[in-house]
Amino acid sequence: MLSYLAPRVREIQPSGIRKFFDLASGNKDIITLGVGEPDFITPWHVREACVYSLERGYTSYTSNAGTPELREAIAEYLHNGFDLNYDPKDEILVTVGGSEAIDLALRALIEPGDEILVPAPCYISYSPISFIGGGIPVEIETYAKDNFKLKAEHLQAKITPRSKVLILNYPSNPTGGIMTYEDWLPIAKLVEKHDLIVISDEIYAELTYGGKHVSFASLPGMKDRTILVNGFSKAFAMTGWRMGYACGHPELIYAMLKIHQYTVMCAPVMGQVAALEALKNGLEEKDQMVESYNQRRRLIVQGLRDIGLSCHEPQGAFYAFPGIEATGLSSDEFAQRLLLEAKVAAVPGTAFGAGGEGYLRCSYATSVNHINEALDRMGKFVQKLKQG
Amino acid sequence: MKPLSELKLKVLDLLKEDARRSPALLATLLGVTEDEVTEAIAELEEDNVIVKYATVINSGKLDDEKVTALIEVQITPERGRGFEAIAERVYLFPQVKSVYLMSGAYDLLVEVEGRTLKEVASFVSDKLSTLESVLSTKTHFILKKYKQDGIIFEDPEEDRRLMISP
Repeated sequence: MLSYLAPRVREIQPSGIRKFFDLASGNKDIITLGVGEPDFITPWHVREACVYSLERGYTSYTSNAGTPELREAIAEYLHNGFDLNYDPKDEILVTVGGSEAIDLALRALIEPGDEILVPAPCYISYSPISFIGGGIPVEIETYAKDNFKLKAEHLQAKITPRSKVLILNYPSNPTGGIMTYEDWLPIAKLVEKHDLIVISDEIYAELTYGGKHVSFASLPGMKDRTILVNGFSKAFAMTGWRMGYACGHPELIYAMLKIHQYTVMCAPVMGQVAALEALKNGLEEKDQMVESYNQRRRLIVQGLRDIGLSCHEPQGAFYAFPGIEATGLSSDEFAQRLLLEAKVAAVPGTAFGAGGEGYLRCSYATSVNHINEALDRMGKFVQKLKQG
Repeated sequence: MKPLSELKLKVLDLLKEDARRSPALLATLLGVTEDEVTEAIAELEEDNVIVKYATVINSGKLDDEKVTALIEVQITPERGRGFEAIAERVYLFPQVKSVYLMSGAYDLLVEVEGRTLKEVASFVSDKLSTLESVLSTKTHFILKKYKQDGIIFEDPEEDRRLMISP
């Protein structure tokens, strides 16, 4: 049947995460640092609001862009939290997770042959989705010595006349790197100079530690050049609800809305009800969750360094990204042996594209006791490697 | 009373979750030195903010299950000393686990624990209702505890997340 497949779909590789998933599944002794989602269950008042709405019979389609109440609440939330101003009428589109928003944005923008710039290591889906749409993903390597920030000179070096879209994801999955206002300014300048359009996936915005998240869209002159992607999964512990949104210039949002209405029609109504409750009454719980991640961040970074692994200070998301090069193993070998010999699951950096070799993504969205146990096992494993 | 420092509040939050956390672990979690944590805890203990490090027990899991009752008590306050004197006379009984002064239809809410129904009943009739200022009592036996002090007694649900996800 392969010959029936579109060549571009045939060519894309399955995610490097898949193999580890198969290895780890079903083994109860394994402690996992491989989970890319919160360990909190969605707060009860949010779940309860959804249950209530089902009892009342809220089971129909909503308007394509999402319910007006939810769009208004998103606009207010972005204004209060991130200094962003979007008109809920025509600048906000509620999507099925941030993932759909990214897909819509790329589909709306890419013409065959366009180059899509992606700082890497990065979330696994940007390059494959760009590629399926006929684009040419161009990864821009970022480095531990820069705390995995995107540097203007590295971006500049990859820009060609065919460059069209720059995909940003700060705070970053998998590195935990963030960008400050000062870090952004030279990037914004290049975006302007080379007439790029930006898709800024800020799904981890709330999970920024020791400072405030700076949205790329809030930079001078960048609002109209940016499609902002965000959602409820990470900040409000709502991954399974699949609730995200895109914000941007009305003409871009309208184009994305057209694709959205022909494909999914609208985001699920029960998810929209829950998301509205999260924004109305869930901000305090969100802050408590962020504080809890921050505590565990300190624990895992300290622990990884004590083991003897190099580890830059991740200032966002819930991942540590230690270097394992000193052990002499490749990321893949290290992760595989760590899983089989020490029963700790983590994801090799190579699953996240260029610059991931030599690193391991360790999620700290798990309990303090699990982190301590995982660190203990990793410590013994690294010790064993050293003794050869 | 001056408000507690941010560090102390965070230490309290973490100890409320698990009182056996070491100062070293608390220090790492909070990004401060171990000395700062030790000092904060010492002051909290000294000021009787941290009263005790007790264990929350799911008595439903024990064979010798005890009987607990919540008793609504109406009293006449004593001239000059209000409710304090009578509250003290009640809480000094070792059977009494907690005593709260309440607003509303009654005055004291008293939690009493005993080995048997009869033991609790006779405490109420012999000791509590015979106190001079007690006007009336209403005894409610607890049938099952679902949650206490923020802790849910049901066996914890397992982690439903995928082992590895992007």
